[in-house]
Amino acid sequence: MSARDEIFASIRRSLGVKGNEAIRRQIVQDRLERAPKGVIPTRGQVSGEERIALFRTMAEASLATVTEVGSPAEVPQSVALYLRNHNLPATVRMGDDPRLKTMPWSETTLEISHGPSQGGDLNAVSHAFGGVAETGTLAMISGPENPSTLNFLPDNHIIVVSAKDIASDYESVWNRVRFAFGKGSMPRTVNWITGPSRSGDIEQTLLLGAHGPRRLHVIVVQE
Amino acid sequence: MTVHTTSPQFKQNAARALHDPQLQKALNNVKQGFIDKRQAAADKLPEFEALRDSARDIKNHTLEHLDLYLEAYEEKVKASGGHVHFARNADEAREIILNICRDAGAKTVTKGKSMISEEIGINHYLEANGIRPVETDLGEYIIQLRNELPSHIIAPAVHLNATQVEQDFRRVHTHLDAKRDLSEPVQLLTEARAVLRERFLAADVGITGANFLVAETGTSIIVTNEGNGDLTQILPKTHIVLASIEKLVPTLEDASQLLRVLARSATGQEMSVYTTFSTGPRRSGDADGPENYHVVMIDNGRSSMLGTSFEEMLRCIRCGACMNHCPVYHAVGGHAYGWVYPGPMGAVLTPSLIGVDKAGHLPNASTFCGRCESVCPVRIPLPKLMRHWREREFERHLTPASVRSGLRLWGFFAKRPALYRFATRAAMATLGFAGRQRGRFSWLPLAKGWTKHRDFPAPEGETFQARWQRERNRRAA
Amino acid sequence: MSALPSSRRGKPRVGLFVTCLVDLMRPSVGFAAVKLLEDAGCIVEAPVQTCCGQPAYNSGDRGTTRDLAMRMIETFQGFDYVVAPSGSCAGMIRKHYPELFEEDPNWRAKANALADKTFELTSFLVDVLGVTQVDATYHGAVTYHDSCSGLRELGVKPQPRMLLSSVRGLTLVEMNDSDVCCGFGGTFAVKYSDISASIVEAKARNVEATHAPTLLAGDLGCLMNMAGKLSRDGKPVKVRHVAEVLANMTHEPAIGLAKDAALKQNQS
Repeated sequence: MSARDEIFASIRRSLGVKGNEAIRRQIVQDRLERAPKGVIPTRGQVSGEERIALFRTMAEASLATVTEVGSPAEVPQSVALYLRNHNLPATVRMGDDPRLKTMPWSETTLEISHGPSQGGDLNAVSHAFGGVAETGTLAMISGPENPSTLNFLPDNHIIVVSAKDIASDYESVWNRVRFAFGKGSMPRTVNWITGPSRSGDIEQTLLLGAHGPRRLHVIVVQE
Repeated sequence: MTVHTTSPQFKQNAARALHDPQLQKALNNVKQGFIDKRQAAADKLPEFEALRDSARDIKNHTLEHLDLYLEAYEEKVKASGGHVHFARNADEAREIILNICRDAGAKTVTKGKSMISEEIGINHYLEANGIRPVETDLGEYIIQLRNELPSHIIAPAVHLNATQVEQDFRRVHTHLDAKRDLSEPVQLLTEARAVLRERFLAADVGITGANFLVAETGTSIIVTNEGNGDLTQILPKTHIVLASIEKLVPTLEDASQLLRVLARSATGQEMSVYTTFSTGPRRSGDADGPENYHVVMIDNGRSSMLGTSFEEMLRCIRCGACMNHCPVYHAVGGHAYGWVYPGPMGAVLTPSLIGVDKAGHLPNASTFCGRCESVCPVRIPLPKLMRHWREREFERHLTPASVRSGLRLWGFFAKRPALYRFATRAAMATLGFAGRQRGRFSWLPLAKGWTKHRDFPAPEGETFQARWQRERNRRAA
Repeated sequence: MSALPSSRRGKPRVGLFVTCLVDLMRPSVGFAAVKLLEDAGCIVEAPVQTCCGQPAYNSGDRGTTRDLAMRMIETFQGFDYVVAPSGSCAGMIRKHYPELFEEDPNWRAKANALADKTFELTSFLVDVLGVTQVDATYHGAVTYHDSCSGLRELGVKPQPRMLLSSVRGLTLVEMNDSDVCCGFGGTFAVKYSDISASIVEAKARNVEATHAPTLLAGDLGCLMNMAGKLSRDGKPVKVRHVAEVLANMTHEPAIGLAKDAALKQNQS
């Protein structure tokens, strides 16, 4: 008997089942299909400006910084301003996300390069798939145009998110993921990011920038 | 496999810990930090208690249908291009991991924090086979340098202070300027970041654990604050996920319910910084990510816990809240427990995994104060399960002879009320008389454990039942 | 709050489960409980009894525990209520007796019936009888330790505080971590005495930090542990069961004090 078969046999022996019971199979299939939501905190169940405000409050509580701009066209200037204000070099690494690509980067003096990070990049800009107001969390999705390395290797990470993509709760984001990728399918990586990297492992003292970005800046784009 | 454990020496371990002033100071950090933060996070979320119920129910439902969710999960991982391996025990798991590493031509392996990897002792095994494992969670990195086990499941180096870490860094990072300043914790962090960045970029294989596995999508989930787990899994060509079989949950929604209680219970954060959902290897056209994705599903005793009273322990999501709130853990720290899992969850789980003959002290070393159960996000009745272990020990005559004979004697009297009243009346009269001068005893035969540290208050002398009978007779007369 | 069942004389008949520690070590707590219950309009009886079986239960000896539980169930079956001056012993009956007879529907029903009518003293006074104040005087500051079983198994926390707030001359000074274990844990205090000592050490420091001259709690085991520690350390804190203060029966010396020592303390 293979290890696999033996483990299944042992589980079934302990549970007192055979594994072919139609009722159990039905219960499991139903749950996988329906994906019931459970308890959703009311905190996030607000809309419009209120939801953006909650997102901002929660993101800031996780030690991210947040700015809002009126349109995608204002993003490059906002990035440049952020870097200048923090005395950071005017270089930016980004993927090929079409939402970022169509922004007027040439109106700034930023030096832009494209592609995944090899570990030497100081600043990165990414576009989020969505945000979650409940905890100020950003949902990032990997793909040809969105390298995951940009979320973790640079020292300073700037995430652009559309105001309309900021949802109340995680479950709303999963609905959008299912719509985009099909039920039961996922992109290789979904990263939820809530604040900049940190560690408390030395004497329980909170220190930022453990392995990932030391700073997380969020630009919310109204449209 | 031979398990290296000092659990049988729990008492000696504890005595050493109690007399270690540095450790005692470090344990204060646990007492002060985690408890208030968890409470604040719980208070901020009105649905927190309802979420705990929901988390418990999800885990129970999954365990009852574990075989079917495991099948569904396996199918989804395969469909996304990943591989699923099954290991009945630690030996098999280590063999599978070694083979994957060899196939990848691995020289260096980076690792995210994973308790199951501690459980199967993978680091020493890889090293013995010429592969260098590098722990990347800061706390795990530190204890790896010291060749220690974690003393806490979410804060592995909580028993150490910054000076000790500095000494370790100076001892190991010999390529750096010996005169560098490491007096501040942030300098230690910066140094570890730089050293480990090199390791991340050079690693051939990355090994992570899994906080949850999602049957619906074949996804593994890890939760970190540092981002080390992500660099571990997206940079090397091969990503190996180690997971025990009880990590499964049905859907992304179910995982989200559990994530809502995990960080709040663990560190008091609303959400950990990085929650990562990984499904299979990189897709065609992807700019980065691992080319190979392996999941090693490890049983190592879990399947036989199902259907027993210890099944409830399989709900555990490894948040550490039980130990953060445990007076015994606060007193002796994690290493006293002698193996991978300390605190109340360890006191229940360890006997299941390495045998109650070895870990028999652990479920006994509890005051049953119940604080662990009161904060457990999946409502595991930890004291009740510790009591179940005590019952098994009693049945198997593993309970110490002195305790058994004491219990037998006491039980003999307690079952015979007349004799009990007669004997206790005489005993208390004697004790009361002997203690009338000082009101307490600083030494008593048979109670040395007690009187070593505190006085034993003298009884009033007459028992309640004797006086009650006397007064009732008088009232009636 | 449940309505009182009317007994023959219209007063609830309460069986006092005095608990072994109170029976043997500090009977005055039992008499204080009797007074509080009688003042609240109950008819109190203390049937011949031994122990609820908790020491055996927590040592893994389920057989002996069951034997003793059956005896308890029979002893107390005729009462309207069963009240104990201990959260730990009341908790044993309320929470654990039903678990003991899971496979025995007959005894399970009896265990449930006993569990439903069993209460910790202060919780019975406040939650069942609706008592809001007591007629007592105690001069000075007291601090209160929440014993674990009462607190977490029975929700005893506001009740003793509410009653204490009605005691003339008494002020309650809360200590840090009043809801953290004192390290007693029954046989734990003897089996793992070093660890127990470290835990009660922390408790003693929290008690001292309040500067209250009196420490109260609702469980004699915890009280003996804390009193023993404080006296070993030479700390002049008077330790009493909360019932003694609520019943205005503080004539006995505090726990661990000799009669003449108590006299001296009261004079100073």
